[in-house]
Amino acid sequence: MISQALFTRFSLGARVLIISLCVVAILVPAANLLLPPEHFAHVPSHLLPLWGKYLCYAMLALALDLVWGYCGILSLGHGAFFALGGYACGMYLMRQIGPRGVYADPVLPDFMVFLNWQELPWFWQGFDQFWFAMLMVVAVPGLLAFVFGWFAFRSRVTGVYLSIITQALTYALLLAFFRNDMGFGGNNGLTDFKDILGFSLQADTTRASLFAASALLLALVFVVCQFIVSSKLGKLMQAVNHAESRVRFTGYRVEHIKLFAFVVSAMIAGIAGALYVPQVGIINPGEFAPANSIEVVIWTAVGGRGTLLGPIIGALLVNGGKSYFTAAFPEVWLFALGALFVAVTLFLPHGLMGLFKQICTRFNKRSATAAKVTPLMKPEAAE
Amino acid sequence: MITRLLQIAATTLWLLVALSYQTTIAAPANASTSELRQHINALATGKIKDKPRRIEALAQLGSNKAIAALNALIEGRLYSDKASTQVFMKHGDHFVDPLSLTAVNTTSKLKKVKANNKVRRIARAAIARLTLKSPNSEQRLQAVEVMFKAADHKLLPLIDEALEFEKEQEVKQKLLEIRAAITLQNKHASKEAQLEAIGQLRQMGSQQALGKLQAFINNSGASAAALKAADLAIKAIEKSQAIWGVFQNIWYGLSLGSVLLLAAIGLAITFGVMGIINMAHGEMVMLGAYTTFVVQEVIRTSFPGLFEYSLLIALPLAFLVAGAVGFAMERSIIRFLYGRPLETLLATWGVSLVLQQAIRSIFGPTNKEVGNPEWMSGAFELGGLMLTYNRLWILAFSLIVFAGILLVLNRSHFGLQMRAVTQNRRMAASMGIKTPWVDAFTFALGSGIAGIAGVALSQIANVSPNLGQSYIIDSFMVVVFGGVGNLWGTLVGAMSLGVANKFLEPYAGAVLAKILTLVVIILFIQKKPRGLFAQKGRAVEA
Repeated sequence: MISQALFTRFSLGARVLIISLCVVAILVPAANLLLPPEHFAHVPSHLLPLWGKYLCYAMLALALDLVWGYCGILSLGHGAFFALGGYACGMYLMRQIGPRGVYADPVLPDFMVFLNWQELPWFWQGFDQFWFAMLMVVAVPGLLAFVFGWFAFRSRVTGVYLSIITQALTYALLLAFFRNDMGFGGNNGLTDFKDILGFSLQADTTRASLFAASALLLALVFVVCQFIVSSKLGKLMQAVNHAESRVRFTGYRVEHIKLFAFVVSAMIAGIAGALYVPQVGIINPGEFAPANSIEVVIWTAVGGRGTLLGPIIGALLVNGGKSYFTAAFPEVWLFALGALFVAVTLFLPHGLMGLFKQICTRFNKRSATAAKVTPLMKPEAAE
Repeated sequence: MITRLLQIAATTLWLLVALSYQTTIAAPANASTSELRQHINALATGKIKDKPRRIEALAQLGSNKAIAALNALIEGRLYSDKASTQVFMKHGDHFVDPLSLTAVNTTSKLKKVKANNKVRRIARAAIARLTLKSPNSEQRLQAVEVMFKAADHKLLPLIDEALEFEKEQEVKQKLLEIRAAITLQNKHASKEAQLEAIGQLRQMGSQQALGKLQAFINNSGASAAALKAADLAIKAIEKSQAIWGVFQNIWYGLSLGSVLLLAAIGLAITFGVMGIINMAHGEMVMLGAYTTFVVQEVIRTSFPGLFEYSLLIALPLAFLVAGAVGFAMERSIIRFLYGRPLETLLATWGVSLVLQQAIRSIFGPTNKEVGNPEWMSGAFELGGLMLTYNRLWILAFSLIVFAGILLVLNRSHFGLQMRAVTQNRRMAASMGIKTPWVDAFTFALGSGIAGIAGVALSQIANVSPNLGQSYIIDSFMVVVFGGVGNLWGTLVGAMSLGVANKFLEPYAGAVLAKILTLVVIILFIQKKPRGLFAQKGRAVEA
C-alpha cells in the first residue's frame, strides 16, 4: 500500500530525491570505509561530517518550507528550534563524557565544575539516557512552538509582525543561552564530546553511520512532509496561505491548522539540530543568532518555497557554495550571499524549482507544437 | 563614589602643590615675614616635646605661608643649620628658603629636624586650619571635604574658629556637617549636641553622613533618644537615596530610550508609514557613524582646529550619505517589491549584508575610534543625580530630531504628499502627485534620519561594521510596540522600553532585563497586535 502511495502521491522529482538519498546513504559511507584512500572514488573522512552538516541544513530548510511555503508563516526564528534540538542532543553527549572530562567529575560536565556547581540542575536529569534525550529533541522545540504559536495564532498575529516576533524570540534565547547561570555552558556552549551510544565520535565508522542516518532521516522526514502536504490538512494549509480569511469563514479553525504546521516544523528542526551537533562536535549560543535563521530562509527561497524538494536543493547548493567561497574568497562570500538575497527575491520569486518548471513547460510547449501531441507531463501540471 | 575619591585625591594633590610652591595663596596681612621666619626657625630648636607648642605658636600667626614649612616637617624635608639657626627645606637635591622658596647655597652641615607621630598630627591639623583661611573658597571647600574623611575631635576648635570667619554659605554648611560628624564621634558630647548633630547629618543626606550615623549606632553607648534619632535619620537618608535612585534609573532609562528613539525613528517612517521592512536600517545607522569617523579623520589630518565642530559637520553629511544609499535602494530594489513585505525583508537583509561587508572591506573589521568633542564630555551633579553631558545631548538631540520629523510630516508640502500617498495611493496619483518619487524620497528621508542617528550613536557605541545589527531588533520592537504608523507611539514606545529595561536591571541583571523586555513585548504583541497606539479604521487592514 505504501509503495502504491509512493507512486501516486509523489512526483518524479520527489521519487528521484528519495531514491538518491537512500543511495547516498549507502554509497558515501561505503566509499569512505571500503575503498582504499588512493582510489579515485574514495571519500575522505573530513568530508563526511561536512556533507552530513549540509543534510541537516537541508532538513532545517525543509522544516521551514512546511510553514513558510505551505502555510505562509515566515518564521525568522527557526534557528532557535534547530539549536534547541542541538542542545538536547549536546546534553546527552555531555553526560556521556562522564569522568573523562578535564576535571574528571563522574556526573557534572566540566563547565559546571568550573562554575563550582555542586550537583546537576534538574533540567539536566535524565539526559544520560539516549531515549530521553531523543524525546527531548522533539519535545522541547515542539513545546516552545506550541506555546508560542498558541498565543501568536490565537491573537491573529500575522505576516511581518509574526516574522519580527519570531526573530525577537530567537534573539531572546540567544541572550539567555549566553548567560553562564542558565546551565548550558554559556558562551562556550557544549563541546568536547567523546562518544554516542558507546561509539567514539572520532571513529570513521561512527561518522559514516551519522552521515547515513542524516540522509535516511532526511528522506523519511521528506516522505512525512509529502504525506502531510498532500493530505486534506495539507490542502487546508495551502488554503490558509492564499486566503486566510476565506478559510476561516468556511468554518475551519485557522489557528489550529497553523499551530499544527508550526509545531511539526519545529520538531523537524529539532531533529535536524540533534543530527547536526554530533557531526559538528559543538553547539553554542551562536546558533540562536537571528542571522542564522534568516539564512535558512534564503536557502528555502533559492530552492523555491512550497515545493519541499526545492528547499533541500537550495540548502545543499547555498551551503556548498558557502564552503567554497569562504575558503577561496572569504571577502566575497557576504557580497555573494547578499546579492543572492536580492537576486532571488527580485528575479526568482519561485526559486530554482520555479525556474525549472518554467523551462519544462516551455520545452514541453515547443515539443507539443512540434509533434502535435498532448504533453507528457500533463497530469503533473494539473496538480 | 569614584568622583568623590577623585576629588579627595585632587585636593591632596592640590595641598601638596600649594604647600610646596605657595603660588596661589596670598599672605594675610597680620603676620610679618620676620615674625614668621622667627617661628619657623624655632621649629628646629628645643626638645621634641616642645615642638607641638611651637607649631601651635606658628599656626597662631594664621599665615598660610607657613604651610610649606609644616609640610616639610611632616615629610622630613626640614633641615636646620646649627650655626646660624636658619631652617631650610630640602627640595629635590637642593635646599630652598621656607618662605621665599628661592634656592639657597649652604656649605655648612645641615641637620634634619626631627618629628614624631604626635608632632606630625599636630602639624597636619595646623595645615588644615591654615588652609581653611585660604581666600579661595574653592580651596577652602576642598580642604573641608578632605577633613570630613578624617573627622577628629581635635579639629573641633579649629572648625569653630573657621565657622566664625566663614562667609561662603556652601563652605559653612560643610563645616557645620563636619562639626556634626565630630560631635557624633565624641562619646562625651551632651545629648542635645548629639541630637543636633544627627539632625544636621540627616539634612546632609550623603553616603558619608550615612556612614557616620551607622558608626554612631554601632559603637557608642549613647542614650536611647539619640540612638532612635540616629536610626530615624538613617531611615530618612536611605529613603531619600532610594528616591534619588529612582530618578537616576529614570534618567538612565530615558537615556537608553533616547538611543532607541534615534535608532527607531527612521524605521518609524520606512516601516511605520510606508510599510517597508527595511532590515538594512541598522546599516544606515552604521553608515552615519562611519561618516562621522571619516569627517573626524579628515579634520584631524587637515583642519585640527575644527574638531569641536566635527559632529555638526558630520550631521548633514551623514544624512546625505545614508539618504543617498536609501534612495538608491528604493529605486533599484524596493520599488519592485511593494505589496510583498516578506520579500522586501529578505532583499533588504541581503543589502544589509553587502553594506556590512563593504564597510568591513574598506575600513577593516575592528572598532574605529570616534572622539568626543569637549562639549560632549564630562558630567555634572543635579541633586543626587549624576548626569553626563553626552547622554544629555543625545536625549536633547533625539527629541529635536523627533520634533523635526513631526514638523516635516505635518507642516511641509512634502509631508502632505507623503501622507496622501500612504492614505490612498491611487487617489493621490490621480491628483497629480508623483507617487514613485514620493516613495523614493520618503525612504531616503527615513534612511537619512538613521544616518543622523549614527552620528549620535558614534559618541556612545563602538563604531564597527556590526553597529547596526545590535540596534535592528530593538528598533523593530520599539516601532511595533509603539504602534505602526504612529510617530508618537514610537516616542512613547522607545522611552517606556528604555525605562522599563533600566528598572529591571538592578533586579535581574542587564541581560536578563533585556530578555524580559523582549518577552514582555512578544506577549504584548499577542494582546495588542497593532501596538500601543494602533491606527484605527479600514486602511489598517489593507
